[in-house]
Amino acid sequence: MSSESRPLETIEKNAGLLGVVIVILVSLGGLAEITPLFVNAHTVAPAPGLKPYDALRLAGRDVYVREACYQCHSQMIRTLSWETQRYGPASQASESVYDRPFQWGSKRTGPDLARIGGKYSDAWHRLHLLAPRKLVPESNMPDYPWLARRELDYADITARIRVLRQLGDPYTDEDIAGVYQAVKGKTELDALVAYLQGLGVPAKP
Amino acid sequence: MQATATAESYDDHVVRMFLMAAAIWGVVGMFLGVLAAGQLAWPALNFDTSWLTFSRIRSNHTFGVIFAFGGSALMGTCYYVVQRTCHTRLALGRLAMFTFWGWQAACFMAMATMPFGITQSKEYAEPEWFIDLLIAVVWVSFATVFFATLARRRIQHIYVANWYYGAFIIAVALLHIVNNIAIPVSWSKSYPIYSGAVDAMVQWWYGHNAVAFFLTAGFLGMMYYFVPREAQRPLWSYRFSIVNFWALISIYMWAGPHHLLYSALPDWTQSVGMSFSILLMMPSLGSAANGLLTFSGAWDRLRVSPAAKFMVAALVFYLAATAEGSLMAVKSVNALSHYTDWTVAHVHSGAIGWVAMITMGSLYAMAPRALDQPAMHSRRAMELHFWLHTIGLLLYIFSMWTAGAIQGLMWKATRADGTLAHSFLEGLAATYPFYVIRFLGGVLVLSGMVVMAWNLWHTAAAARMNRIKPILVPIPEPIPEPEPVQVPPPLPARG
Repeated sequence: MSSESRPLETIEKNAGLLGVVIVILVSLGGLAEITPLFVNAHTVAPAPGLKPYDALRLAGRDVYVREACYQCHSQMIRTLSWETQRYGPASQASESVYDRPFQWGSKRTGPDLARIGGKYSDAWHRLHLLAPRKLVPESNMPDYPWLARRELDYADITARIRVLRQLGDPYTDEDIAGVYQAVKGKTELDALVAYLQGLGVPAKP
Repeated sequence: MQATATAESYDDHVVRMFLMAAAIWGVVGMFLGVLAAGQLAWPALNFDTSWLTFSRIRSNHTFGVIFAFGGSALMGTCYYVVQRTCHTRLALGRLAMFTFWGWQAACFMAMATMPFGITQSKEYAEPEWFIDLLIAVVWVSFATVFFATLARRRIQHIYVANWYYGAFIIAVALLHIVNNIAIPVSWSKSYPIYSGAVDAMVQWWYGHNAVAFFLTAGFLGMMYYFVPREAQRPLWSYRFSIVNFWALISIYMWAGPHHLLYSALPDWTQSVGMSFSILLMMPSLGSAANGLLTFSGAWDRLRVSPAAKFMVAALVFYLAATAEGSLMAVKSVNALSHYTDWTVAHVHSGAIGWVAMITMGSLYAMAPRALDQPAMHSRRAMELHFWLHTIGLLLYIFSMWTAGAIQGLMWKATRADGTLAHSFLEGLAATYPFYVIRFLGGVLVLSGMVVMAWNLWHTAAAARMNRIKPILVPIPEPIPEPEPVQVPPPLPARG
C-alpha cells in the first residue's frame, strides 16, 4: 500500500487534520520567542528616573504616533560603534517600558530620535516642525503646519491616562486631576516639542 | 433546469468580483506609492495638507497594495482554485459574498481613516481597533468558506495549492488577532496591551509573518495551481512541494527577530531569529526551484503566453528576494543594511517582483476562464504591461539598492582619527538622485497596472452585461487513488 510509503498521506487526505497540524506548527515560533518576554515583562524595571509620560508629553507622544513619524525616524540606537558615536549610548529595553506602541522604527530617512531631547532648543523644534527646510534646506521632511492650530483636549487626555493606568502604568490620582492644568491652552505643537525634548533624557548620566 | 445548472456549476461570481476589486485597488495602491515616492524626492508634493502628507500616505500605500490589492487577488484566486482542485462548487455562497463585501468595507474604512491620523502606527497593522474587529470577522468567515469547501471535495487527496491557502488563512488569523489586542480609549484611539520590547517582538513576529503567510504562502498557493496550468506540465516534484511546505510554515514563524538585530531585544532572541532566517533559505529556494523547473521542457510557453512570462519572472524574483532576505538577516550584513533604503529595495524586489508578478500572471491566466472568454481582450497590452512592469521594477530596485549601500557606508564611515566622516544629512543629500530614479520606476509599474485594468475591463465586457452562462462541472470520474494528483484536472469544455 502506498500509505506505508507516504507517512503524510493521512494528513493530506484529511482537511481537519491538515488544519490542526498547521496550527501547531505555526504556533511554535511565537510561543518560543514571545512567551518568555511576555512573562518576564514585569521584571524589566523602568530605567532609573523613568516615569510614565506626564499629560503634556503623553499628548505629544500620541501626536508623534498619529503622524506616524516612525516611518522615517527610528528610536533605537543599535549596539554598533558608529551608532553610539552619532546618537549616544545604545538604547535599553528599560527605556521603552511605557511605550505603547513601541516606536523603535524600521527606516531612517531622517536621523534617530531616541536621545534627541535637549540637543536643540524648543524654538528650533517649533520652527523645524512647521517648516523644516527653513532650517535645513536639504531636508525632505514634510511641513506640519496644522500642529500649531490644534488645541489639546484635556478630557481626551484624561481618558487616555485612565486606560494606561488600567494597563498597569503607575499613574496616580493626582496625575489625573492635574491634566487640566497641564494641557490648558497648549497646542499639539507644544505637546510634541515637550515629548521630543524628553526623549532619552532620563537615562542621561 | 436552472436549479440543476446552479447545483453543478462553479460559483465564479464572487471570483469575478474579487478580480475587479484587485484591479481597482492595484491602481489605487500603486498610485499612492508613486505619490509617496515623489514626496521623498520633492517634498513640495506634500502640499502642506495633513491627509496628503508622506507619513500619513505611506501606510495607505502599503495597506492598499498588500491587503486591498493582494488580499482581493488572494481571496479571489483561492475561491477559484479550491473549486477546481476539489471538483466542487464553493460552499456557503452567501457567506462567500459576505467575505467580499466585508473585505472591501474593511479596506475602504482603513484607507479612509489612516490619512486622517486614525492609526495604531504599528507597521502593516495600522488600522484602528474597530476595523481590526471587522477584519477578524471577515477572516473567520473566509476560513469557514474555504474549509467547508474542502470538506465537500470530491477528490480525496487535497491538492498542494490548498495547503498553502489553508496555512495562509490560519496563520494570518492568528497573527492578526495576537498583534492587535488593544484597549480602546475612543473610537479613533487605542493602546496596545504590550509595551516596549514585548510590543516590538510581537509586532515583528506579526510583521515578518505577514510577509511569510500573506505575501508568501498565499501567493505560493496561487503559484502551485496556475504555474502547472500555464506551463501545461505537471508540477516538477510533488514530493518536494510537500517537504517545502512543512519546512516553510514551521521555520518562518521563528524568523521575526531579524528585524530587531543589535536592538534592545534580548540577545538570545536575536540569535534564534537569525539562525532560523538562514534555515529558511532551504524551503524558500526549494519552492522557487519547484516552480521554475515545472517550466523545464516547456520554455516555449514564454513565447506564446505573456502570463507564463509574468510567472517565470515572479519565480526568479522570489528566488532572488528570498535569498537576499536570508543574507540580510545575518547580523553583520544587517548592521549595514538596516534602516537604509536597501530594506526598501528588498521589500519591493519581493513585492513588485514576486507578489505582483505572480498575481498578474495568475490573474491573466484566470480572468478569461472566470469571465467566459477565449482569451484576454488584448495580447499586446499584456506584453506592454510585462515590459513596463519589468523595467519599472529594475529601475526601482537598482536605485534603492545603490541608495541603501551608500547610506549604510556613509553612516559608518570614520576618519583616520576615529571620528565620523559624514553627517546624517550628507547621506540624505547623496540619495536624492536615486529617489528620482525610483519615482520613475514607480511610474512605469503604475502605468503597467493601468494597462492591466484597461485590459480586464474590456475582457469583462460580457460579464458586465450579465451574459455569462454558468460553467458546468462534469460529474467527476472516480479518481484512482492513491495516484497523487500532479496537475489540476483540465477545465471542462465550455458550452
